Amino acid sequence: MTEHKDQEQLQEQQAAASGEAPAAKDTTKPEAAAQGEASAEQPAEKGSAAEAKPAEAPEGGTGAAGRNEGPASSGVKAETSGRQAASGEAPASDGEKPKRLDPAEREARRAAALAARAAAQAAGEAPAGDGEKPKRLDPAEREARRAAALAAKAAAKAAAGGGDEGEGAEPAPKEPSPNQPLLDKIVALIRDQVAPDAVEDQYINEVDSHLPVVVVKNEHWLKTAKLLKQSLKLDYLINLSGVDYETYMEVVYHIESFQTGEKYCLKVRTDRDAPSIASVTPVWSTANWPEREVYDLLGIQFPGHPDLRRILLPDDWAGHPLRKDYEPLDPEV
Amino acid sequence: MALRTEELLLNVGPQHPSTHGVFRIVVKIDGEIIKEATPVMGYLHRGTEKLAENLNYTQIIPYTDRMDYVSAMTNNYVLVSAVEKLMQLEVPERAEFLRVIVMELQRIASHLLWWGTYLLDIGAMSPFLFAFRDREIIIELFNELCGARLTYFYMRVGGVKWDAPDGWIQKVRDFVPYMRERLKLYDDLVSGNEIFLARIKGVGRYDAQTAIDYGLSGANLRCTGVKRDLRKDQPYSVYDRFEFDVPTRTEGDCYARYLLRIEEIKQSLRILEQAVEMFPEGPVMAKVPRVLRPPEGEVYSRVESPRGEIGCYVVSKGKDSPYRLKFRRPSFVNLQILPKLLVGESITNLITILGATDIVVGEVDA
Repeated sequence: MTEHKDQEQLQEQQAAASGEAPAAKDTTKPEAAAQGEASAEQPAEKGSAAEAKPAEAPEGGTGAAGRNEGPASSGVKAETSGRQAASGEAPASDGEKPKRLDPAEREARRAAALAARAAAQAAGEAPAGDGEKPKRLDPAEREARRAAALAAKAAAKAAAGGGDEGEGAEPAPKEPSPNQPLLDKIVALIRDQVAPDAVEDQYINEVDSHLPVVVVKNEHWLKTAKLLKQSLKLDYLINLSGVDYETYMEVVYHIESFQTGEKYCLKVRTDRDAPSIASVTPVWSTANWPEREVYDLLGIQFPGHPDLRRILLPDDWAGHPLRKDYEPLDPEV
Repeated sequence: MALRTEELLLNVGPQHPSTHGVFRIVVKIDGEIIKEATPVMGYLHRGTEKLAENLNYTQIIPYTDRMDYVSAMTNNYVLVSAVEKLMQLEVPERAEFLRVIVMELQRIASHLLWWGTYLLDIGAMSPFLFAFRDREIIIELFNELCGARLTYFYMRVGGVKWDAPDGWIQKVRDFVPYMRERLKLYDDLVSGNEIFLARIKGVGRYDAQTAIDYGLSGANLRCTGVKRDLRKDQPYSVYDRFEFDVPTRTEGDCYARYLLRIEEIKQSLRILEQAVEMFPEGPVMAKVPRVLRPPEGEVYSRVESPRGEIGCYVVSKGKDSPYRLKFRRPSFVNLQILPKLLVGESITNLITILGATDIVVGEVDA
């Protein structure tokens, strides 16, 4: 029964994922309209094959209209109409697909669409009912919500004396984690050898087998990395991932030593507007491709990297998909 | 007088039979000697990590099937184990045993596929047919278990979807001695073959320090003498209950990697043998909420896949879909050393070295 439902949902999701639908799914009214507009404008811009496109363009328009009606009816209906709209649009955009836009032009289009959306939202046209899509909230509002949630949680905890999080938080206040000495050691070393203020934050991640986590200041990162490899013999960079936290970006390094068996997680934060973190390729050769991947998908620069190019996406791709504000407006998607 | 040669750019792929997927490598050659090699990838990029941000956890599992499509079971496991870690779920014993059994069967199937196709790449046709016939038995077992031959979608957060049907465990039990016999045949057929040895012995050699620096894992790391197997070093699931060895070699060449994979099949058979004997009764799913909402937090879970360490970094914000999901794909990381190994090699060794790395392009590009 549940399996059946699962599968159904899954198929739906996959169907949605295959077309333009991720956009269609969480598109709010104004954006749908903007998209319709964009696809209607494209032929004019391109100025080619005039006959076919105007005929198709209204279809895109009706698609958008269909989506507009969606929220009023039931969720399922909205979903299907969204999909129809997407599939109706697909041939249209296929026909008018500009084969190779140069990156600058694409970037410009993307920026224009973003601006249009922002304007629409500013005008207050956005439906109020899309609270379940946190992606659409502006950072300030989100921050406020998060703060409120945190406060509520803290209050609940204080009242219940542990409450629902009791299990997870248990080892922390009562007895120090078995890995606390490791954390103290690495923090002391960094403070001593790099700079007294090089450590921004430190904690033990209990759910992840008590992994010691240290947040290092961006400007001290390369020196810290070199030190860790030399002094703590952390010779194996297990994993390098980037995360967009909307107010800042973070690169996470899971590092291990084959000689001592110690494991750490190091994090470096960077500004979101001009994200940049020193490359650790000189320290661990394995960082090369993962850094390129992070650059490709999140747009973080790695000064000192020998060959920072896109690695998974085409060279002329516009935008960085894993950024939370990414808009998949590329006609080829 | 020396033979006059000049540099030539040669494009290999994206469609090339030895890449087992769509992978391209641009090599600069002087005569037959490679001067420079630049891998170009992304032809199979499907944006798994991006898609996952809009899916709930159960829906992501089939996407992991499609990453490393010849080892879908270990991929399933790395995701569900990460979520289980986050939710601090207790998984029933029977489910864990089923997981171990399918993961070890999968390891054998994956190594068999590698064995057959690698030999095919370097010019031996019949081993491929042998390997696929035996792999078919495992595929059939999986088919009986979960109704799919390649993309299983078998594991769930909290257990596995289907219990073993009647007689299935017996079939696994029978498979072990059969496969042992077959392995002897394989060894006789190939491992000592002079042409084969001349082709791969001493080729693509590197030392332990380089391997660690490049973050290699799996047989690519163990062939340099580093004894690393996550099943032993950081046991997950119920691996700590089985007796098995971690084979290593010190040559660091393609032949060492070849021998290791054969040896790993033998170790997997040992684990299977014990697992079916200890196979417990009980449920195969833990009690999990209908909608999975792992608490806020982050976790990195690591698993020894046939290709090396596959990892999954999940950041949860308490929602039903992950805030960020990142896969550490062993094929992607292991491939990185390729340009370094190729410099100075003859062009014929490109295939020998690439093949011995054992990549799956679906995983390289994710």
